[in-house]
Amino acid sequence: MAHEQAHKLAIFRGTLKFKSNVSKIWGVFVVLSIVTIIEVALGILRPTFLVEHHFLALKLLYWIFIILTIFKAYYITWDFMHMRDETTGLRRAAVWTAVFLISYLVLLVLIEGDYIFEVYKHGFIKFNF
Amino acid sequence: MEATVAKTGTEGKTWGGGSAPLKASYGKMMMWFFIVSDSLTFAGFLASYGMSRFKFIDAWPIADEVFTHFPFLHGVEAPMYYVAFMTFILIFSSVTMVLAVDAGHKMQQSKVIFYLFLTIIGGLIFLSSQAWEWKTFIKGEYGAVETHGGQILQFLNKDGERVAIGDFADATAGPRVEQTKENGIWYERDADYQPSVSFEQVKTGFLANDNLLVRIPNKDENGHHIVLSREESIAKLVGDGNMIVEGANLRHNEYGHPLFADFFFFITGFHGFHVSIGVMLNCIIFFNVIIGTYERRGHYEMVEKVGLYWHFVDLVWVFVFTFFYLV
Repeated sequence: MAHEQAHKLAIFRGTLKFKSNVSKIWGVFVVLSIVTIIEVALGILRPTFLVEHHFLALKLLYWIFIILTIFKAYYITWDFMHMRDETTGLRRAAVWTAVFLISYLVLLVLIEGDYIFEVYKHGFIKFNF
Repeated sequence: MEATVAKTGTEGKTWGGGSAPLKASYGKMMMWFFIVSDSLTFAGFLASYGMSRFKFIDAWPIADEVFTHFPFLHGVEAPMYYVAFMTFILIFSSVTMVLAVDAGHKMQQSKVIFYLFLTIIGGLIFLSSQAWEWKTFIKGEYGAVETHGGQILQFLNKDGERVAIGDFADATAGPRVEQTKENGIWYERDADYQPSVSFEQVKTGFLANDNLLVRIPNKDENGHHIVLSREESIAKLVGDGNMIVEGANLRHNEYGHPLFADFFFFITGFHGFHVSIGVMLNCIIFFNVIIGTYERRGHYEMVEKVGLYWHFVDLVWVFVFTFFYLV
């Protein structure tokens, strides 16, 4: 590691290029800060439209939070943890495994939770609980 | 330090680990193995939080109403600001860590020392913030009554503002008497959990004060907790009320469903445990950098590996932040 490694210095699919790794780090920090500020602002304001409209049993506001979280997670992994500079094989082995298993687990467990809610609410479907 | 240079005698061979298609060192690969498996652990915790929440979706506490405190701003409603501050601390300590890794690649010892020092400070600030958050959560603010069925009744005045039970409890009504072994033939030890006022005092105070209403955890269609009318409030409190709850612990939670407190303690606690391990690892490599271990070894890969762990801790916090405080 004594030699200077080649870092990939562009983010946003190449639209934002940095001159050095250090300036890229600060650039990513600015991006993460802006996203966090947006999240906090939305969390405090809770715009009525986003709270009252739902998509797939979740409020639109919550979808925005989840998407922004995944966006932040992407830049932490890709730029702070240097996933951008690793080989494709290592990147896919780590990221795809986690993404597939976690989505599967979350989907099953949330559907089950919703089912139990319905059972509690309408006591008459106790027979297959 | 030769032990860190892996020579297996299979260099250049296809089998036996000779060729390295992923072009990552053994240590870095193992750190990624650990991170993937640990992320599955955290995913399991957060998914079970989600399951419990979907189970009680119409009665789950609203995080905005639970975490409203900011240090030194007593009585000011400041939802989200404190936890946003904690998030910034952690993101910033991630930045200093990745700057330390970058300085390590360039073999700049003094810069690595400086950035690692900042990272450790950031970690310590985060940990103490979390301790304060826990303290506030455990202590509670307004207090509540728990019914026989485990429902939490909170008290509001007619203007819709929360009222603390200590403010209206009638101190003259039924002081609690500690049972002693001499009192009877059947003796049970006094409960460990002792609120500052008794249920009788709160009940008497509530009946005497026409201005008070009860709020139940169940929500209306707009997601606000339902406030009962005065008659319903009295019926609910007198008919179902069982005990006083102040603050939160693993069994009772004045903010709403006890599972909320259980998951809060468990998930933020497990994350805080990870942060303290991270601070410890950072301290170890910090002193190693100072005494020049990595300078002699010829590379700063250890800083990079610990850095991976530290960023992972930040990554987990991003998700905890979303699912505990925002959603």
